[in-house]
Parts: sequence; C-alpha cells; structure tokens
Amino acid sequence: MTMTVHEAVARRRTADRTVLLEASDVTMRFGGLTAVNNVSLKVHYGEIVGLIGPNGAGKTTFFNCLTGLYKPTSGRVALEGEKLPPKPRQVVAAGVARTFQNIRLFHNMTALENVMVGMYCRTKANAVDAILRLPRHRAEERAATKAARKWLAFVGLTPAADVLSRNLPYGDQRRLEIARALATSPKLLLLDEPTAGMNPNETRQAEELIFRIRDLGLAILVIEHDMRFIFNLCDTVSCLVQGEVLVCGTGAEVQSDPRVIEAYLGSPQLEDEDDA
Amino acid sequence: MIARLSAYERVGRFAAIAGAALVLLSVMLPWAYGKRALDDMTYFFGPSPLQLCGAGVAAVCLAALIAGLVALPGRGPTMLCWNDMARVGGIGLAFYVGAVLVAVAVATGGLVNVEAGGWLAFGGAVLAALGGLTLPDSPQATLSHFLTPSWGQIAAIVVAIASALFAAAAAVNQGDVEDFVVFGVWLAAAIFLVRASGVFAWLSLAAAGNRQVLVMAAFVAAFAFPFTQNGSDANMSVAAQVLTFAGTAIGLNIVVGLVGLLDLGYIAFLGAGAFTAAVLSKSAFATLSVDLPFPVVVVISGTVASLLGLLIGTPTLRVSGDYLAIVTLAFGEIFRITMNNLDGTDGPNITHGSNGVPGIPNLNLFGFDFGQSHEILGVTLTRHANYYMLLLVVIALIIVVFTNLNHSRIGRGWVAIREDEMAAEAMGVNTFALKLLAFAGGAFLAGVAGSVKAYTDTSVSPDQYVFLESAFLLAAVVLGGMGTVMGVLIGATILKLLPEKLRFFDDYRLLLFGALMVLMMRFRPEGIIADERRQLEFHDEDEELAEDVETELVVHQAHHNLEGGKRS
Ligand SMILES: Nc1ncnc2c1ncn2[C@@H]1O[C@H](COP(=O)(O)OP(=O)(O)O)[C@@H](O)[C@H]1O
Ligand SMILES: [Mg+2]
Repeated sequence: MTMTVHEAVARRRTADRTVLLEASDVTMRFGGLTAVNNVSLKVHYGEIVGLIGPNGAGKTTFFNCLTGLYKPTSGRVALEGEKLPPKPRQVVAAGVARTFQNIRLFHNMTALENVMVGMYCRTKANAVDAILRLPRHRAEERAATKAARKWLAFVGLTPAADVLSRNLPYGDQRRLEIARALATSPKLLLLDEPTAGMNPNETRQAEELIFRIRDLGLAILVIEHDMRFIFNLCDTVSCLVQGEVLVCGTGAEVQSDPRVIEAYLGSPQLEDEDDA
Repeated sequence: MIARLSAYERVGRFAAIAGAALVLLSVMLPWAYGKRALDDMTYFFGPSPLQLCGAGVAAVCLAALIAGLVALPGRGPTMLCWNDMARVGGIGLAFYVGAVLVAVAVATGGLVNVEAGGWLAFGGAVLAALGGLTLPDSPQATLSHFLTPSWGQIAAIVVAIASALFAAAAAVNQGDVEDFVVFGVWLAAAIFLVRASGVFAWLSLAAAGNRQVLVMAAFVAAFAFPFTQNGSDANMSVAAQVLTFAGTAIGLNIVVGLVGLLDLGYIAFLGAGAFTAAVLSKSAFATLSVDLPFPVVVVISGTVASLLGLLIGTPTLRVSGDYLAIVTLAFGEIFRITMNNLDGTDGPNITHGSNGVPGIPNLNLFGFDFGQSHEILGVTLTRHANYYMLLLVVIALIIVVFTNLNHSRIGRGWVAIREDEMAAEAMGVNTFALKLLAFAGGAFLAGVAGSVKAYTDTSVSPDQYVFLESAFLLAAVVLGGMGTVMGVLIGATILKLLPEKLRFFDDYRLLLFGALMVLMMRFRPEGIIADERRQLEFHDEDEELAEDVETELVVHQAHHNLEGGKRS
C-alpha cells in the first residue's frame, strides 16, 4: 500500500507530539440507554482529530462529557495529564472550548458582544472595579474589545461586528460561534458539526478556517459528516457507532475498514443531512 | 395643491381643522356652571389655566393640520410627522375635554352644570379626533438632519428636562382629585402629541450624544424641585417616598431587569436596612443604639441586607426561575414574621415586635439639622425636603452602580445568562457567582435605601414590609421598563404618586393597578421606557425591530467607547 504525501505528514505529526487530551473509558448512561460506552480517545498537540459516526452514535454526548455539561457515569478525562475539573466554566478555564451542533449564540447581542462574552473567563475586573471605573476595568475593557475585534477579523466577520447575532446569515453564525470559542484562549477546540447546513462554498471556507486555527497551534477535535473533509484533512479519525469506538486510525485506515463502510458509509448518510 | 388630496382625506382634514378651531374658540366661553368645578371655568373671555392647557393642544393640533396641508405626502419627507401629530392630538383632545366634562359633572353634581362652551369644546374635540383618523400616516420625520449644532442639542435637552420639572411640580401641586386627574390626562395627551411628532426620537439621539449634559440637567432639575414646593411638607413627603421607592426599584431592576431573575420578596431587603438603621439609632426604643456616623450606619444596613441576600440566594440560585420566585415570596413573609417575633416574648427583643422602633431622631450631618426647616434663596425647605435632597444623593449613587455594572464585563455576563444560561456557562461565565452578585448587590442597594427611609419616616415597623409592597416594586420595574433606569424612575413615580394623589380611589386601587398591568402586558410588555434588547426579547419575530435595535445599540456602544476613551 502506498502512502499519500498527506498521510505521511499526518503520521509524522502524530508520532512526535505529546498528548494534549486523553479520554479513557468514558461511559455515559441515561437510565437504561448507554449513549457513550467505554470510549477512549487521544488528541495530540497541534492535531486535528475527526469524530464520525451515524446519527445518535453518541458524538455530541461525548462532547458534553468532555466539557462538563454531562457528568460521565464513569471514565476519566485529562488535559495535559491533569484531570479536567467538573464544571463547564472550569473546563473552559482549563483550555477546552466548544461550539454547538445547534448554534447557541446570544441572539440579542451583537457579534462583538458575543465574542466578548468569550473573553469573560480571561478577564478579572470585579464589581468594585466596574462600579468605580478603576484602571483595571478600563484597561481590560480596551484589551478585550481589541482582542474580540481581532478574533472577528480572524474568522472574517469584521464588517458584522455590530450586527445582532440573530440578524447574521447562518454560515456567519457558525463562524461567530467559533470566534466566541477562540476568545476563551483554548488549547483544544471542540467543533460539533461546523459545516452542517452549509453550501459547498461555505464548507470550503470553514475548512480553510479550521486549518488556520490549527496553524495557531491549537488542537481540534471535530465532529464532521463531510467525508472529503474528514479523510483528507484529519490527522486521525475515530468512528463511533452506538456509543462505542468501532475503528480508530488515519483517514485512509478508517475509510477502508469494512465495518465502517457497513455501519456508516453504507446507508445512513442521507439521514445526516436533515440533522442540520 | 389641495386637489391632490383624496376626497375622503379632504373631508376628514377639514372636519379636523374645524374641530380644533372650535375647541380653540370655546375656551373663550364658560365650560362649567359653578366655581367649584376644577379651576373656575365660568368666565366669558377669561380662560382658566386648565382651559388654556386644552387650547394649547388644540392650537398645536390645528397647526399640524395646516402644516400637513402644505407639506403634502409625495413631496418627500417632512420635518415633523404632521399627520401623526394631528391624529394623536385630536384623540388626546377628545380624551382631555371628555375628562374635563366628567370632572365638572362629578364636582358639581351632574352634567347639567356643563355650559355650552364645554359641549362646544367636546364636539370640536370629537370632530378633530374623527377627522384626524382619516389622515394617512406621515412619512418619516427628517428632524434628525438638524441634529448637528451641539448647543442646539444641549438647549433641547435642558428645555425638555425643565418642562419635565415644570410638569411634575404642576402635577404635585394639583390639590383636588379631579384637578389632578384632568391635569394627568392633559399631560398624557401632550406627551403623546410630542412623541407622535418625532421630536422624542430626535431628543433621544441628542441625549445619547450628550449624556453628561442630560444627567447634569436631570439632577439640577431634581434638586430644583423642592424650590417649586415652597414650604409644602406634605408634597415633599410624597416626593421623598417616591425617591425611596424608586431607589429600591432600581436595585430590584438589577435582579429582574439585568439578570432576569424573579424576586417576589424584595421588600424584605429594604426592611432589613431600615430595621438595622433603626436598631442602631439613638431612638429610646433602639435596642443596640450605638453612636456611629451616619455613612457607617448606611454601609452596615446595606451589608446586613446583602448578607440576607447571600443567605437566601446561595441555596436557591442554583435552581431555575420558578423556584426562586416561590422561595423569595416565602422569604419576604418570613422576614416580616421574624421582625414581629423579635419582641421579647417569642424571641429576643430586638425590634419590639409589631410596635417596631418609633421615635428615631433626625439626622444631623455636618451641623445641618434635617429636622428643621431651612430658608434658602427665600424658599422654605421643610424637613422632608431635607431628606429628599439626601435621598437624591443616595439614588444618584444607586444609578451609578446600576449603569456601571450594566456596562461592564459583569453586565455582559448577565445578558448572556438571560439569553442562554447553559451556553454562558459553557463559554466560561461563572453564572452562579454572577447571579449571586446581582442578588446580593441589589439587596445592598435596597438596604441602603432602607437606612435612609428609617430616618425619613422616624419609625420602622414590620407592617410596612408586606408582600403587597414587593408586588408594587416589581410592578414599578415591569411597568417602567426592565433594565432601564429612566423607565423605573417613571414607573416608581406613577405607582407611588397616583395612590397618594388619588386617595379617593383607595378601595379600587388594586383593581386599577391590575387593569393597568393587564393593559401594559397586552400592548407594551417591554415597559414604558424599554431596554432595546429587552424589547427584542418580547417581540421575537419582529425583524424590523431587530434592525432598529441594532442601530441603537451601535449608537450607545459608540457613545460608551467614546466616554471610555475620553476618560482614559
Ligand atoms: N440528556 C439526554 N437524556 C437522554 N438521552 C440522551 C440525552 N442526550 C443524548 N441522549 C441520547 O443519546 C444518544 C446519542 O445522542 P447524540 O450524542 O446526540 O448523538 P450524535 O451527536 O452522535 O448524533 C441518542 O440516542 C440520544 O437520544
Ligand atoms: Mg450530534
């Protein structure tokens, strides 16, 4: 079997990087339903890891377990070797940010304000600073506004800074959610179906954006259905079926695995489209 | 030019012109038989002040009708919304003259005492209203093109504030119930007329650009108010009550308006502050009586209230809104009952139970005795005027706290919580701490207001802090506008001033407020002065509004950035 250039690069990259996020044997049960079953997964520094699987496989639930929105029934999640704290905001502070499959922006806030909410956990001005307009408040406000504008520019939303996020077109809302997540200065970015509902052109832009984020030095764990994206651009891919990791490997390995083809590529792809 | 009017509109417009002119003429005739009714409308060629008020609206209405003729639709935008003005003016006039006739009938014992002039005015007003209804909507006013000279903006703001002061003083000075109601109807008609003209929209733009001027002018007017009430302690007592109520409501507005939590027992925090100040005071009935400077007492009262806020908030703020409403409702009652029971028999004697702490001595700050009347600039400032001034300072501080918190990272966190609490938490916002901060901070402000209230009222007893008061505080916030200072000031003034002036309606007070709230919820759920974002939350599908709000938010944001830049 001959390796493509891309795969060779990917392999080299994974080989000499240290582990950033390590999830071991994460299980999540809802009553009798086991949505996530003994899932283990590693994300290395500077890597893009894909998570695929048919609808209802437990991908979003797994994200929720990583970010503290759900408390896993069992298992351990560690970031840089340290166990992740339990609360969502502590997870953010530790350096894991996310977007949502069904966009959850603050609809009646402007794009800039949305991103500035993302800066909340990296700013310190307290009530007294704010009430008395002390230097710390003013310096932080200035810095936060500047940083938020920088992130808006990074995702290409500078002209939309003062637009209410509810008035933004769908694709821009997804990009804004990414900017908001980036504003929390994460080490790892979790993207839940970032191209869902996008046209091919927007999808290409999103892919390009995700690459630029990786080039900033962030690791990315991304749930995707777009096969071209997953198999060409991810360093490693895990396929989740009915809550369990079916296969884990490079794009090519996963792609050629007969079990994946059967469980995922075979039929349910159309179903995923209306999930958006 | 006139030929371009549709036949329908032509009839309507000329009917309205005739109607308004009739009203103008009618003030030269007596409206009532008998001097007792209102302010003596019995003279030929001698209009009374209230008649003149009506004439004023009629004159503006007439002017708008004629100006609308000259500036026909199709000839592009006009400076003011003439047609809207004429329509609203006509309707307001009908309401006003109607109210006058009813008041005359009530005061003199029957409609027979309405003179021909009154009927003429009423007929004219109804004609003006009906005629006005046929007019098409005005095009957008172009007044905002004239916004440029800043001295013009400043002058406009000063005139607006001065008119507000004048109106408030006139309203408070109306002695009888009928006079007050009729004046109130006139004021409402006048305000709606000005609003329809498009001047308010222009003024709010001017105000956004000259915030310092606006705030300064408002406070100068507020400080000037006691000087319009020469020696009337009763009126100043009402004014002081309004301020206390408004200050507390602004504190509640942090919790309700900014964070979106429902607190049904907020009056307990005012009570906690008042009781703390009373117990620490030099009253013969004070159980702790320590000699502390007043500012220290204020801080202690606020702290006690905010500790109570923490106590009640820590376990309940983790649960969702409905539970919080019930818990705070219960907390309000528990507070009142506890104050009743700290009487020496059911518990330690701290508050003297239902008797409370009477005889709180007057404040004496820097040699200024708050109990005495003082002569300043030839005007007598009574005891309550002194406390009114003190309360103004307190309310200014409360407003600073409210606005500065609102425009900070904390305020943004609050909006995020209101919009989507789970997403806020997932973006790193410490939602629990922020909710607790709002709860304790709001309680602190209420406690501060309570400490001044204790001295203003000279006595504190548990029966002043009943659930109904909490309900009224909440009503002031909802009626005035959640999340705005101006709205709550107006809401609090309406809810405190009306019952004081309309003692006559005492039995129906709750019924009237109920009806008022139902009407507000139906027609303007966002309150009188709406917070832009709040307005959107109430009108979720309104895309046009969303665009407008966006523009306004940008104007405000630009202003705040400018301010920050100037100061730093
Ligand atoms: N809060 C919850 N309570 C009960 N069941 C849930 C909950 N969240 C997810 N599930 C279930 O877990 C399974 C996995 O869902 P999800 O993680 O959303 O799948 P995916 O994102 O892979 O499409 C589904 O069967 C779903 O119904
Ligand atoms: Mg999903």
